[in-house]
Amino acid sequence: MSYFRAENLSLHFGGLKAVDAVSFAVEKGEILSIIGPNGAGKSSIFNLISRIYRPTSGRIFFENQDITEQPPYDIAKLGIARTFQNIELFENATVLSNLLVGRHRHSTTQLWQELLFLPSVRANEKVHRRRVEQVIEFLDLEPYRDKLISGLPYGVRKVIELARALCSEPKLILLDEPSSGLNVEETDDMSFWIRDMKSELGVTVLMVEHDMSLVNRVSDRVIALNYGRVLATGSPTEVQEHPDVVAAYLGA
Amino acid sequence: MRFLFKTDYEDDIRLFPHSGYVVSYSLLLAVLLIAPYVLSSYLMSQLVFVCIYATVGVALLILTGFTGQASLGHAAFLAIGAYTAAYLQKYNVPFPLYFLAAGALAGLIGALVGFPALRLQGIYLVIATISFAFIVEEILARWESVTNGNEGLRIKAPSLLGVTISRDSPTFYFICLAVLVLTIVGTLNLLRSPTGRAFVAIRDSETAARSMGVNVALYKVKSFAISAAITGFAGVLFAHKLSFISPEMFTLQLSIEFIIVILIGGTFSLHGAVLGAIFIVMIDPFLTYLKDDMPGIIAGIAATFGAGTATAANIQSKVAAFASLNGLKGAIYGIIIMLFVLFEPLGIYGRWLKIKLFFQLFPLYKRATFKRQKIYVKSERNR
Repeated sequence: MSYFRAENLSLHFGGLKAVDAVSFAVEKGEILSIIGPNGAGKSSIFNLISRIYRPTSGRIFFENQDITEQPPYDIAKLGIARTFQNIELFENATVLSNLLVGRHRHSTTQLWQELLFLPSVRANEKVHRRRVEQVIEFLDLEPYRDKLISGLPYGVRKVIELARALCSEPKLILLDEPSSGLNVEETDDMSFWIRDMKSELGVTVLMVEHDMSLVNRVSDRVIALNYGRVLATGSPTEVQEHPDVVAAYLGA
Repeated sequence: MRFLFKTDYEDDIRLFPHSGYVVSYSLLLAVLLIAPYVLSSYLMSQLVFVCIYATVGVALLILTGFTGQASLGHAAFLAIGAYTAAYLQKYNVPFPLYFLAAGALAGLIGALVGFPALRLQGIYLVIATISFAFIVEEILARWESVTNGNEGLRIKAPSLLGVTISRDSPTFYFICLAVLVLTIVGTLNLLRSPTGRAFVAIRDSETAARSMGVNVALYKVKSFAISAAITGFAGVLFAHKLSFISPEMFTLQLSIEFIIVILIGGTFSLHGAVLGAIFIVMIDPFLTYLKDDMPGIIAGIAATFGAGTATAANIQSKVAAFASLNGLKGAIYGIIIMLFVLFEPLGIYGRWLKIKLFFQLFPLYKRATFKRQKIYVKSERNR
């Protein structure tokens, strides 16, 4: 049984088939990249997994559990975290509180306990803070801890979004174009972090990416999509040399 | 300038970041505690209103400032608190009990209002809360067996442990102050724990909050309930302070006053609620001054510049007529809101921070320090 599995996943907007009967599986501990031209349905698949959209048909399984009908906030509780293509950070909060929101799925305290800030809440806060600090160290975010997001450059925000996802200690992380808007060095850093996430933190990675050099460096397997359908699956080189993929990118 | 050297996670959690805060806030508390024995009874009465308005301001900050859900219906929650107190008092329920009941009922109704509000955003939510306030106002006017309709209800002075507390006594002021301080401390506690962070997350990006495991609907309802409950508590104190309540006291204008409290004080910090409350309570004396003294002063100035007696009297009556115009208060409110939104969106507290920073950095202060970078790529489609 695969770790994560999508079966005949479809998303139709009226007559437009954004995602059309897509099936794929992610094995535990691998890095799987989804590539494809603009409008191929890559981000839509992510939005289906994180339940921003409801699938028209098809099912999604994670750790042998059907998660197709789970409410969106439960997806994170199951251990699936994600980043966004256009960065969805909490603009008017500090980096630290952004990362602490990532810890939300681990918070156990009740409202009344928090109003009184009982010792249990304080102890929990320290645990959260320690975990956040580990992620800060992992991603070299020390200089930005107390800065407001609204004053930070794009590249840093991208890393903070990754950090926020990691703070939830996910089992599976969905990265939506992690290198978009980053310069060459930042992309290099990102590729190291993605590999470290797999080797050091044991996170399974599902990633949408346009930058083929990054895809080649980090991916174990690649899926190519076009018009909502799977064109090819396999190792990065296999997929890139597949005639359908070449046709989709360059025109037949 | 002071640089904080943090050595423990506790440094990020504690309420007072350093000893300077402890000193200044204890000084402030000491001043507030001796105030009733020093200040005149008029000023004390104003101070009680500042406490009540600031409590409502903090409640509104939780909902609007931190969760990002605008409300123009808080006068209704205040009314629910006030009428619950007045009604239960008739049946000899003791003060602490009906105080709690008023908060609980307002909180419950707040949660109920929160449910339909889940699907509404921005201006639509404002309209929904206004409609709610009108519904409550109408119910108060029509449900005569409970609310005594437009004739209003008298409310006796509260009695605590067998002692009757007059609404002008220092004890009543201390109760109001205690409610305000407890509200502020509770809110600060909330803001440094997961719930408060979830509120802020919802304000800034619902999509991201949801993908981080925040149950957005639940937390919005929680925010509405907490905000309404605190306003309900303030409503009890409001009723006792006025000793008479009627539906026309809880109109849209009062809701707008509450919005002004946080808008002018500053929506990003609890300081804003207190500063805004002081501001709004000072508007009434200012209007009285405008009405009573301004015409005479202007006529006097005119006379010294050589205007004849008849002209001076004419000017005096003109100014007096203007100062007692109907709706002048509303116009002043409108102008104040517009000026603040245009020129100082961070409110009085934001201005204070700028002044503080100016002196801390003295020759090096730059206006751009407080400018926020704007990013326009944020997607709206996933809301």
